[in-house]
Amino acid sequence: MASQRPIRIALAGKPNSGKSSLFNQLTGLNQKIGNFPGVTVDKRTGICNLDEETQAEIIDLPGIYSLYPRTLDEKIVAEILADKKNRHYPDAVVLVADATNLKNCLLLLTQLIDLKLPTVLALNMMDLAAKSGQSIDIQELATSLDIPVLMINARSGHGVDELKQALKEKLNPSSRTIFLLDNEIIKVVKKIKERFLLDTDYEAYQFLQQTDNLVFLSAEERNYIREEAKASQFFPHKYQGAETVMRYGFIQDLLNKIILKTSDPEWKKFSYRIDKVLTHKVWGYLIFFSVLFLIFQSIFAWAQIPMDFIDQSFAQLSHIADTNLPAGPLFDLISQGVVPGIGGIIIFIPQIVILFACISILEESGYMARVVFLMDKIMRKFGLSGKSVVPLISGLACAIPAIMATRTIDNWKDRLITIFVTPFMSCSARLPVFTILVALIIPDNKIFGFFNYQGLVLMALYILGFLAAILSAMALKFLIKTRERSYLIMELPTYRAPRWANVGYTILEKTKAFVFEAGKIILAISIVLWVLASYGPGQNMQEAEVKVLSDVAMKGLSQQAIEDHIAAYKLEHSYAGIIGKAIEPVIKPLGYDWKIGIALITSFAAREVFVSTVATIYSLGSSDDQLTIKTRLKSEINPETGGPRYTPAVGLSLLVFYTLAMQCMSTLAVVKRETKGWKWPAIQLAYMTALAYLSAFLIYQTLS
Amino acid sequence: MADMVSGETAVISGFTDDEISVKLLEMGFLPGTAVRFNFTAPLGDPVCVSVSGLDLSLRISEASTITIFN
Repeated sequence: MASQRPIRIALAGKPNSGKSSLFNQLTGLNQKIGNFPGVTVDKRTGICNLDEETQAEIIDLPGIYSLYPRTLDEKIVAEILADKKNRHYPDAVVLVADATNLKNCLLLLTQLIDLKLPTVLALNMMDLAAKSGQSIDIQELATSLDIPVLMINARSGHGVDELKQALKEKLNPSSRTIFLLDNEIIKVVKKIKERFLLDTDYEAYQFLQQTDNLVFLSAEERNYIREEAKASQFFPHKYQGAETVMRYGFIQDLLNKIILKTSDPEWKKFSYRIDKVLTHKVWGYLIFFSVLFLIFQSIFAWAQIPMDFIDQSFAQLSHIADTNLPAGPLFDLISQGVVPGIGGIIIFIPQIVILFACISILEESGYMARVVFLMDKIMRKFGLSGKSVVPLISGLACAIPAIMATRTIDNWKDRLITIFVTPFMSCSARLPVFTILVALIIPDNKIFGFFNYQGLVLMALYILGFLAAILSAMALKFLIKTRERSYLIMELPTYRAPRWANVGYTILEKTKAFVFEAGKIILAISIVLWVLASYGPGQNMQEAEVKVLSDVAMKGLSQQAIEDHIAAYKLEHSYAGIIGKAIEPVIKPLGYDWKIGIALITSFAAREVFVSTVATIYSLGSSDDQLTIKTRLKSEINPETGGPRYTPAVGLSLLVFYTLAMQCMSTLAVVKRETKGWKWPAIQLAYMTALAYLSAFLIYQTLS
Repeated sequence: MADMVSGETAVISGFTDDEISVKLLEMGFLPGTAVRFNFTAPLGDPVCVSVSGLDLSLRISEASTITIFN
């Protein structure tokens, strides 16, 4: 056995049935997150040692109620289970059922049985079922379905060893056929079955039902099926409804046989009582906004401590590498390009960890469903879903984890719109840019002796970002066309304490996905940006020192000041400087000069880089004191007007630009990962830049 | 069904929308089954109902495609 390929086992079941807990129990840390082709659900696979010799490859399928997908992402399940050639086609399926809710869980099970997949029924949450007073005749259930039935507790791990034992044996498909085909369609089903050499009628029936979803079929094959379906008047919806009713008829008969004592409805009383408070029209929203505030506070402020530590560590590491490695372009690349580039990826980890800890606690406890319940009506007006609230608010701290959090939104269109507008929310990286510019152009006066002008402007910028997000969402609601209808037929699960191990696995999974998938792109762009800012054409860069030192104005300046002037000279003559000068005609209508142009380009790595670039370009590279930078900017003269460079018009134009522009490569990298391609990040970049440009243009032209 | 009041129970008699009905059936909204209307969201939409042992949230627009008999 050991030399053969591992047994492939798929975990199937409805959402909230404890599938993920079981997956974590079976695989532990031996799990891998990948992508299914064409859809945006994570593919979670892992290795499980059934015993010392037998290994099994476990795949966690997305949570579904039946083989018929409710969202585009769910079609992957039918794609795998109806295609014997699929590399994930399982040798056996474990159907994880919530024992407190057998009826719904058995629907999918009866479909698996009809596909003749060797299936094990794992009855999870037996402890809760027992508490509810329900008792089941397991023996009879196993006999009636002709499959092994096991009791497990996926939270405690109870029964998992017995499950492994059962999976080690060669499993046979059930001998039962539950769904009997209608006489009207039996002919066309048999025809499809023969044409595609299928083993079961139900596979052929699925080919007819889900012709468009089964992407492994060629266009020609699909046409053939469509023609046949049309010729024999096969209407998918009609038959699908009849099939479900029939299956539930079977399930009801079965339940009548096996349920010895029904559950006492009182057992949910506690959950209902919590709901009374959490969905209350006053308390419900008050509690929800407190929870949101707590999440925001934790990613905005508490994440700052580890982030500062990472920032300093990488700055030191870069410095150590710089001083210890020999001179030369390759070593410069390592110490100044690669090391800070990796630092620029790692720095997001604290925020990702904290946000996903919060989100998975909300999901695990059952509260997330109530959030949707509370917010759906408002959010739907803007083309968003109830689940968009958490990503949007998280976007106020950082768009990276926020966009990753949109995976909880089932509907593709709702999710796409949320991803698209989240970067408008003013993130914490904009704050350093905001504070320095606001301090520069807005007087520190109080209005009515109470409101601070600077504070008001800052607030206005946050509101501007929020409005841009909401209005763009409304526009996209009409622009994006989709076949998929938005549903909110959603289970409100019973409240439970979160399982902490699951929270841990989620954090680990999200961090890995970010570092290894989006991280590559971030590193690549940051190296490109570094090269642009550090190298220039011709001899200018090498001659920087000579040129600056020969300048008479430099006489008598301190060593530090001279070095700052050299850095400024180098940046001006680098490729970034040349690009900055080249775009000057384009940004002039916004009130900017080439120096600001350079800052726009370098701050694409991260918005806050604006401040350090400005410091370098004004020969203040060694100073990180805000006051020094502010004083220097204030004294900068616009040669054309003779007045100050940073007038209120220029300052406001810049503020608006930074509020609206997609000045963040890391966000683009994450959007690319979440939307599976460059199309959406490209549209987003173009749209946000255009909107920022136009708005900044209007501001500058009206004010100056 | 959208006209039901909190705490009311009724029997499902059918559906008015083909596409949504297949999803509703899968969740256990079966003709002849009792459905209990629990409460509405504070803003009046969606609503929380219990059917076939599940507590579900439905938009008013979805609930109104279910016809009831009471």
